[in-house]
Formats: sequence, C-alpha cells, structure tokens
Amino acid sequence: MTRIADLLRALGARIVNNWIWRLGFACRFLWLTLRESGPSFRRFHLTIREIYFAGVLSLIIILVSGLFVGMVLGLQGYDTLVRYGSSEALGVLVSLSLVRELGPVVAGLLFASRAGSAITAEIGLMKATEQLSAMEMMAVDPIARVVAPRFWAGVISMPLLAALFSAMGVFGGYLVGVQLIGVDEGSFWSQMQAAVDFREDILNGVIKSVVFGIAVSWIAVYEGYDAPPTAEGVSGATTRTVVTSSLAILALDFVLTALMFRGQ
Amino acid sequence: MRDIVQASNLVEVENVYFGYDQREILKNINLVVPKGRVVAIMGLSGCGKTTLLRLIGGALVPDRGEIRVAGHVVNRLAADELLKLRRKMGMLFQFGALFTDMSSFDNVAFQMREHTKLSEPLIRNLALLKLQAVGLRGAADLMPSELSGGMARRVALARSIALDPMLMMYDEPFTGLDPVSLGVIGQLIRRLNDSLGATSIVVTHDVAEALELVDYVYYMAAGKVEFHGTPGEVRAAGLPSLRQFVYGEPDGPVPFHFPAPEYRQDLLAQ
Amino acid sequence: MMTRKELDLWVGIFAVIGIGAMLFLSLKVANLASFSAADSIRIKASFDNIGGLKVRAAVKSAGVVVGRVAEIRFDSQSFEAVVEMDIDKRYPFPKDSSAKILTSGLLGDQYIGLSAGGDSVNLKNDDTLKLTQSAIVLENLIGQFLYSKAAEGDGKK
Repeated sequence: MTRIADLLRALGARIVNNWIWRLGFACRFLWLTLRESGPSFRRFHLTIREIYFAGVLSLIIILVSGLFVGMVLGLQGYDTLVRYGSSEALGVLVSLSLVRELGPVVAGLLFASRAGSAITAEIGLMKATEQLSAMEMMAVDPIARVVAPRFWAGVISMPLLAALFSAMGVFGGYLVGVQLIGVDEGSFWSQMQAAVDFREDILNGVIKSVVFGIAVSWIAVYEGYDAPPTAEGVSGATTRTVVTSSLAILALDFVLTALMFRGQ
Repeated sequence: MRDIVQASNLVEVENVYFGYDQREILKNINLVVPKGRVVAIMGLSGCGKTTLLRLIGGALVPDRGEIRVAGHVVNRLAADELLKLRRKMGMLFQFGALFTDMSSFDNVAFQMREHTKLSEPLIRNLALLKLQAVGLRGAADLMPSELSGGMARRVALARSIALDPMLMMYDEPFTGLDPVSLGVIGQLIRRLNDSLGATSIVVTHDVAEALELVDYVYYMAAGKVEFHGTPGEVRAAGLPSLRQFVYGEPDGPVPFHFPAPEYRQDLLAQ
Repeated sequence: MMTRKELDLWVGIFAVIGIGAMLFLSLKVANLASFSAADSIRIKASFDNIGGLKVRAAVKSAGVVVGRVAEIRFDSQSFEAVVEMDIDKRYPFPKDSSAKILTSGLLGDQYIGLSAGGDSVNLKNDDTLKLTQSAIVLENLIGQFLYSKAAEGDGKK
C-alpha cells in the first residue's frame, strides 16, 4: 500500500517539477523576452544576423522539400483524381493541400529541426561556457542581446519559409502534372485560381505559419536558456526542442484548422 | 584585519551567509578589500570562493548579511543601479568566456559599443590599446577558437578592462596555463591593477603564483575564513590545514582517503 | 564570420524571394486580383430560399463573373432571405434585371446568375432587384415528383 503511495507521490513530484514548474518558467521567460525586445528592433542588425542563420540557411532544405512534396502530391493526386475523371482538378488539390496545411506544417517541422535545434544548441553552449554570465557581468542583458533577436528572427522567417515551401510545391505539382503527365495547363491554373481564396486559404495559411513560428522560436530559446550547462544537458535540450516543437505544431495545427476551416 | 583596515575599503563583506536548499556554502564571512590592493581569496575546491566572487558581483544574493562595493550595498541595489555599478567592475572568468561568434577585437570592443556612444575610429584605437596592454594587438582579428588557452584568457582580460573598471575580479586565472602564460598573467594582474589605479580580487588555489603576486590573503575552508594575512604571514602560519594547503601535503586535516568502509571488509565482501 | 554587408545582402534576398512567393501564391494561385469594393455598386435581392448560397459566391452573367455576394441576411418582417452583392461598375445592368440562384455543375457550389432586363435606366448603388428566382431545393423537387406521380395514378383510376 505504501509503495503505491510512494509511486504516486513520485509521479506527482515529477509532474509538478518537470512540467508545471517548467511551463511556468517558460511563460515568464516568454514575457521577459517580449519585454526586452526593444534592442532587437532598434538595433535591427542583431535580428538580421539571426534571420540569416535561421532563415537563409534553411532555404535549401525548405525549397528542395517543397519541390519534392509538390511533385509527390502531383503524382498521388493525379492517380486518385483520374479515377473519377476529375484530373483537371489536380491544380486545386495540390494548391489547397499545400497552402492550407502542408506549407505551414511541414515547413514548421523542418524549421524546428534545423533552425530550432541550432538556436537551442547555441544558447545552451553560450550558457555552458559562461558567455551569458560574462555578458551579465558586463551589464548587458543576455535576454535582450542574445535571446530576443533569435526569437524574432524565427517569427519573421517562418511565414516566409512556409510561403516559399508552398510556392515550390505548387511548381512541383505543375511540373509533374502538366509537364510530365500531361494534365491540361489551362485547367490546372484556372481551376486552381477559382478554388483558392485569398482570405480563406492564403491568409489562414500565413496566420498558421506565424503561430508556428512563435511556438518554435519560444521553445527553442527557452530550452537553450534552461539547459543544464553540460554536454548531456545541451544535447538533451536540443532533442527536447525538436520533439516539443513538432508536437506543438501538430496540436496547434489541429486547433487552428478547426477554427478556420470549420465547414464553410 | 588590523593593519589593512583602512577608511577607504572598496569592498566590504559583512556577516554573509549563503546556501542552496539544504546545503550551506558560506557561513558568516567577513572580509574587506582596501582600495588599490590586490587581494587573494584562496582555498581548496569547493570551499566557496567562486561563490563569494559571484556574490560580490551581484550575480547571487546572500541569505544574510551585506556586501558593499564602493559604498553601495550590492545585494539591495535596484536593477538599473546594479547595471551602473557593473560597468565599473570587470570580471575575468575561468576559461575566458569569450564570445565565440566574434573576433578578439570585437570581444574587446563589446562593452564600448554597448555602453558608450564613442565613434568607431575611437573605439578601434581604445580596443587596440587594451590588446596592446596584454600583448595581443597582433591577434586582434583572430576568432576565439583560433587562440590558445593562455591567449584566450589574455584577450578576455583585455575585454574586462575595456571600460577601465575600478574593481577587477579574477576567477581562477591561473588554472590550466603553461609556465610562461602563468607568469604573463600574474604580471598583467599586478601591472594593470597599479596602472589603472584599480583594486583586484583574485580567487585561486595556485599558491605559488598568488603568494608572489598579492598584497593580502584570505584563506577559506568549508565556507569560513580560517586565516588571513600578508603572504609572509601565510607562509609562516602554523594552522595545520593552511600548512597542508600552502605546502601541498597529501595528507593532513584534509584526509587522503575519501570516507569508506574498512578496507578488509570491502575486499572480503562478495 | 560574415561582414554586416554580406549578412544584409543575404537576408534581403531571402525577404525578397519570400515576399515574392507570397505574391505568387496570392495572385497566381488564389484570386486576389479580383476587383476591390471601390469599383463596384451594392445591390439587394430577396429570395424565398437561397439554398446553399454562401458569402463571396460569384455573381455571373452569361457565364462571366461580374460580382460577388457580399452579405446574406434574414428579414424577419417578410421572412425572406436578403442577399447583398457587389457588382463591378464596368458592367452596368438595367433596373429590371433578374437574379436566379443556380448550381455550377450537378453537385457544385451555388452562385447567382444575373439576367439583363430591358429598362433604359441602369441599376444604381443600393437598388433592389425585383425579379428573383429561388434556388432549386432537391427535396422539394423529389416531393413534387412523387406528388405528381401520385396524382397521375389517381387520375388514371
């Protein structure tokens, strides 16, 4: 009987210490980051540097993945649609899948793995080598100087990367559908234009990518700042960033989709 | 503290206690650092000396007691006042803690760019001046990853004196250095202190270098100040733990063997 | 370590192609290039039943999109559906034009078909169309069919 009580107590302690306490600290950390964001914009070159490392260096993986995803959509979409004689709707299928879902979500997952983990590792290592303490001792707030620019760089880069992913995907679908398979080019584009609405689809997709950007950037900077200053600590934090960001993206995607696309 | 207590103490630590959860790290610490002096805080690893340095710099807050730097009570300062005070303090971290994403020059120029509105040409001259003072003007464009341990620490030293601080704090500046670099750092600490008109606190367990270099020594063990005096007094001291520390005796008040069950029992156990 | 100029250049390129992608999506993939409200007039029409008509559905005449449905309301005085639509100013319609709710394809989206009348005066902003035909609701059609079949059967007897 006491063993069960001990187990429950241990479980409770774990939940409170690991999850609830960390969540509380993460929220306070987000508040601090937002509050100290002034220099990120007043000295915009700080943020530009981080946009380079987070956004520009993610371009290759985003563009290539977008192209391949679009091409696969073209192949699979044609295979299914041609059975119902609706192969001219391929453009609609490819573009709506990308703009509404795959663009923001897959770009978000790729961004979390590439840029999110890099940000966590960088901040974690700076903490482990006492660079953040040194900065504090020099009367420079590390949150303002190191954390906030990386956070905003992620928020700014995500929508751009998601748009690039979707655009490349549409192009990939076009390549496969029209050039390779032979779907009529005119119907491909015209049906697409008729079906994809700017406000409903494009804008909602952009909103999704901004929300994902905030989530991934927040998780990445928090895990880096909170990492234990050892090799195992930083490695664990990097892994946690990728896992937590991915789960957050998928969960938020469900919530946002339910809110936005709830049977028009 | 008889002969070195002066009206002009830059740092005063009074009845300070500090601990984490159950563990008490510092118990009733009292020490003073007179203006213009180089003072060493020595002791074995884990005696709390680095913690004391962090308390003086305001990175940690004591559980009880007061820490005064230049008349300000550090542990009760508001955030912006602490920032202003820190601009007059310089700290050299154990392995330099240089910012790895910028060159040596940019590291040294960091504080000038963050805290002053000086023009770039002026900052360039000042930064080169500081690098020259530590003998590394030629390494200005190297990245921290391209520097040897001793060089990195010297660049970090140049960085910490960038704004001519009134208090310099050194956390284990001699650890892991080759004999030449050791000598260089020791000389630099003394020279910079005297030419800047600053006050320095050196936390170390390198007895030989420290006793050559400093004006006064505080010896700590198990969270308390067990002895203090001039280097001469330290060498001549009769306190067993201090003798063991100064002369590097393997066994004494600090035992050689970590507490363990009887040897015979361990060997015969299954 | 890249100089600030190099960083700015790359980030600038990134921003340009990112925004370019968004423009591509908005203009080529979606239908943003449709008209804005400033170039249109707002007219009203009442229907008994609008079926599955949705806001932002097309208003077509002779198969060409000439406007968009802006608002759909329920009038609790006349118990009818009131549809407000924006018609492109480029296409003036006579006052006695009629509006029908049609379906594109057999099971497709519903839209409003506008047929021009013969009046010499054209529609102005805030005018109301008098002639309307409601949507064809499938259940009513089936009910009618069954009823007429039953009546036929009775008549034959």
